[in-house]
Amino acid sequence: MIISVASGKGGTGKTTVSTNMALSLQHNVQLLDCDVEEPNAHLFMKPVIEKTEKMFTPIPQVDESKCSFCKKCSDICRFNAITVVGKKVLVFPELCHSCGGCMEVCPENAISETGRELGIIEFGHRDDIGFVHGRMRVGEAMAPPLIKKVRAATNHKGVTIIDAPPGTSCPVIAAMKGADFILMVTEPTSFGLHDLTLAVEAVKLLDIPSGLVINRSDIGDRQVYDYAARANLPILMDIPFDRRIAETYSKGKMIIEEMPEWAEKFRGLHAQIEELVYKDEK
Amino acid sequence: MRELVIISGKGGTGKTSLTAAFASLAENAVFCDADVDAADLHLLMKPEIRKRSDFKGGGIAEINPELCDECGRCIELCRFGAVKKDYRVDAIECEGCGVCVDLCPSQAIDFPIQKCGEWFVSDTRFGPMVHARLGIAEENSGKLVSLIRKETKNLAEEKGHDLIITDGPPGIGCPVIASISGATALVIVVEPTVSGIHDMERVADLAAHFNIPGMICVNKYDLNIEMTEKIEEIAAARNMTVLGRISFDPVFTKSMVDGVNIFEYGNQSETREAVNDIWNKIIASSSMNNLGIMDFKANIK
Repeated sequence: MIISVASGKGGTGKTTVSTNMALSLQHNVQLLDCDVEEPNAHLFMKPVIEKTEKMFTPIPQVDESKCSFCKKCSDICRFNAITVVGKKVLVFPELCHSCGGCMEVCPENAISETGRELGIIEFGHRDDIGFVHGRMRVGEAMAPPLIKKVRAATNHKGVTIIDAPPGTSCPVIAAMKGADFILMVTEPTSFGLHDLTLAVEAVKLLDIPSGLVINRSDIGDRQVYDYAARANLPILMDIPFDRRIAETYSKGKMIIEEMPEWAEKFRGLHAQIEELVYKDEK
Repeated sequence: MRELVIISGKGGTGKTSLTAAFASLAENAVFCDADVDAADLHLLMKPEIRKRSDFKGGGIAEINPELCDECGRCIELCRFGAVKKDYRVDAIECEGCGVCVDLCPSQAIDFPIQKCGEWFVSDTRFGPMVHARLGIAEENSGKLVSLIRKETKNLAEEKGHDLIITDGPPGIGCPVIASISGATALVIVVEPTVSGIHDMERVADLAAHFNIPGMICVNKYDLNIEMTEKIEEIAAARNMTVLGRISFDPVFTKSMVDGVNIFEYGNQSETREAVNDIWNKIIASSSMNNLGIMDFKANIK
């Protein structure tokens, strides 16, 4: 089962929930950190990394000795990533979406492909928990290709927990699509609520069952609770504000390491998700 | 014209609350919310929308079943797996490259331009504001950010404002790159946690990559003094100005509930003084005054 942990607003506790849930389950679980722009799960999981791979996306490489400067490549490119200026072909690697159109239309077979580095993927584990994350190269603009490569490490055994990036645009969709359940983490503030409603729209679009964790549940106001009731969104867990939790987090420790009584609650959270997914399948 | 962009790397460190607080301190500024896929600044600024425009992104492939011969060429060409076996296009997967559109032997594929969002020019009690709303699950967030930053600049020039304050998105990807490129200076809001430090270093690398001066401000500093000191050391080593520390103060949440900034909420407090000092340092900083003198009109009220 794939559980994607998302939020809309950043800093609401996605990483806290995904790492603690993974650690509470101990076996038959893997954690994929898909927030490739700012991956944080490793800071808490402290996994042993076994393997690091550089990831590339294909971009065109032009052999000007074969080129007839017909401009078909620049005509097909919707991203302005290749252009012909006189007897010169300019490629802008950062703009290329790797669609392969230019290579396809080149009548002289002058275009081959080389790679633009997206970043790295690291594979590891903590005890019996599998761990994979991507780290996007600084300066790279496109997160979804790397997120898809992290997701390709899904082992389809037991539980796969995905730590998604914030927002509601393409990187988040890449981290949620195809999941069995989306666990949304929010806080009861106007910012939390506003971004949650956007995230819920995205989840609806994907048609995946979802539920809510309300973090720092006693700050702010009751609007998120009212919204959850109206939107028929089950609240699976409340995490009240506790300075100890905030300090534990600040040091890079997990809640259940410092406050073991939370392990049962995170296992309970997972059990509720199983039940909701199972019920939905029936 | 100067543009100050507030970013953080990590989400939820206080970018928007701080941007709204600066609104009370800056004079003659225009505001821009560049966090287009989870925009929150309007919740504190309460903009009155004056002009509303559609944001048109790229096209999405659409197969016309009446013209389609089911030859399989589009399926073969699409590198994004967007054309399904039944010759329907998954709009979420479609990258908008148009390769299938151009190369379909039966010319059966349309490429309608999509409305990807909306952008607004508004008035607020602090001055004009440009903001946007990207459609759910849309791409092109970078394009929309570039568009509204350009519109903000036009508006500022037109109305004689000399400062733009931009609330940026989290992360280091395309909307962030689009938010900071060509900016005068950045304020990086960091929280004293291991993840806050990790993410600040990545976003500081990005700022260095694009050659934009960054200044650091620690929010919730008293959550972990040790980490706060570490952040300040890192900032010094990177030659970034340390603007100051803001304490972990519930006033931020309380003012958010009331839909106002911290200067409009409650009484004079240490937090307000800290933010005031930070603002003074920003406008006096060499990054914001590249002639080396205070040639900057924005003053403290």
